[in-house]
Amino acid sequence: MKPSKPTGSSKVSSRRDLLNLQRQVGGAIMRPLTPRWKMSPAARAVVAKFIKPNDRLTGFERLELYNWQYWYRLIDCLYDDYPGVRAILGERPFSKLCRDYLIRHPSTSYTLRNLGRQLPQFVRPPLARDMARLEWARIVAFDAEERPVVTADDLLDTKPDRLRLALQPYVTLLKLRYPLDDFLIALKRLNTEALRGEASNAVTSTKRKRVQTLRRPRPETVHVAVHRINNAIYYKRLTPAQFALLRALQAGRTLTQACARAGNPDELQRWFGTWAAFGWFCRRATRKSLI
Amino acid sequence: MPANPFNGQTDYGIGLGLRVPHYQHILNKKPVCDWFEIISENFMCDAGRPLEVLDQILEQYRVVQHGVSMYFGSAEKLNREHLTKLKRLVKRTRTPWLSDHLCWGSVDGRYTHDLLPMPYTKAVARHTAQKIRQARDFLEVPIAVENVSSYAEFHASDMTEWEFLSEVVELADCGILLDVNNIYVSAMNHNFDPSDYLNHVPHHRVAQIHIAGHSKYEKYILDTHDHAVIDPVWKLYARAVQLVGPTATLLEWDAHIPSFNEVHHEALKANRFIQSLVPA
Repeated sequence: MKPSKPTGSSKVSSRRDLLNLQRQVGGAIMRPLTPRWKMSPAARAVVAKFIKPNDRLTGFERLELYNWQYWYRLIDCLYDDYPGVRAILGERPFSKLCRDYLIRHPSTSYTLRNLGRQLPQFVRPPLARDMARLEWARIVAFDAEERPVVTADDLLDTKPDRLRLALQPYVTLLKLRYPLDDFLIALKRLNTEALRGEASNAVTSTKRKRVQTLRRPRPETVHVAVHRINNAIYYKRLTPAQFALLRALQAGRTLTQACARAGNPDELQRWFGTWAAFGWFCRRATRKSLI
Repeated sequence: MPANPFNGQTDYGIGLGLRVPHYQHILNKKPVCDWFEIISENFMCDAGRPLEVLDQILEQYRVVQHGVSMYFGSAEKLNREHLTKLKRLVKRTRTPWLSDHLCWGSVDGRYTHDLLPMPYTKAVARHTAQKIRQARDFLEVPIAVENVSSYAEFHASDMTEWEFLSEVVELADCGILLDVNNIYVSAMNHNFDPSDYLNHVPHHRVAQIHIAGHSKYEKYILDTHDHAVIDPVWKLYARAVQLVGPTATLLEWDAHIPSFNEVHHEALKANRFIQSLVPA
């Protein structure tokens, strides 16, 4: 967010005055810190207009506390959500990535859960980008909606050439250029789960634990479904044919269309039996009917 | 504990903030705890592990919701999607009252995820009170607003923080979540006497009290919730319960969280002040 230039008086006698104050002060708080993690001198005009000094701190130093906390808190959140990207990129590049990302994509949600939603599109290096896709899929698998599962009875009266199944919103299908599911599992073993303090309005430092070093995986295309069973997250490896079939269903193809290039009927029956047991199939969100 | 309209006429005792490191202990050992406070936003999801844990907690314990991002003091309107999800959670938890902070934190749809101090003026109090009323009407549950700790003050303020808090809660006809640690932190940062704060808020509106630890630096104090409660804050707490009566009290411990038993032990220290009020 580009901070507004200070305008008008500092008096707050209406909602419009309040909005003006909040735009200017909020702009200064969300403004990037300098390379030395200080508040930008550009905030001086906002400080002079709005912030009182006390006997120990200048107005600039007082507002700087909030500027620090904004960046510490949000970067901290990305540290929690993307430990794999951090491990791949290393400490400094990851910290820079977080800063650049937050400048481009500040939070527009009341919940920090959504803060890193656009990171997978923002990361450039292919390995880190694939890891970001996998880690966002984990967040989706953790708490995304679960719709009523489609049962065999639901399907009785529908012909395959008209039947359109949907996948549960918490299931993400990924084609990765590296076997990052194994990498992430190994990394998790190395790290203890980081825990985020929520109700305090103070953050004193970002998580500066050492980046765990793991050997980078060699390129190898893998297909993975990230999902949950009994609220535990799993990575289910898929064959290319299984992946293509599920992607086709997800895209709204009929069962007949989706299965057109798949394996033999016995194999198909086995696949669908497994996926149905996982509870992956549900009704399409926009239609009451399955057709 | 005194019941009042602002805490849903309940008489809750000493509670704890429900935090992830304690989940297994609570679910497996089922320790005695009068009630838990949850951060609403952590459970405003559609499904998954958070709601599974919450439902298990609700089977055993009383739960009160505490929010961190309603931002009654932001100039913009309340977020409808936020309110809708919050109401769904209110129905799930059957929270007898709900609290959030007297602060702002978003502007033009951008969220700081901080609890930013308000400029203390009559116009801002009116605007804030109107938003509290709107939220309460929509959520259909009593609301208590919490005083935040702060590190900066505005030139525009023409009243004290406790005058502003009093003005807002009277206009909104809502409750107060009185955070005595926040009063202490702000008093040290802004050079006022915390007793003045305690003496001048409308005591009959106090629905709940928060206690917590903080971090002292050379020139300021940060509200970090990562320590035990210090003696001066316990003294403020003692004074608060003398003024408002024994009130539902919650210890917040959000970083460097020790074992459940240690946190609970710290919280239960509040009992000695509450019990001292009981006539011999």
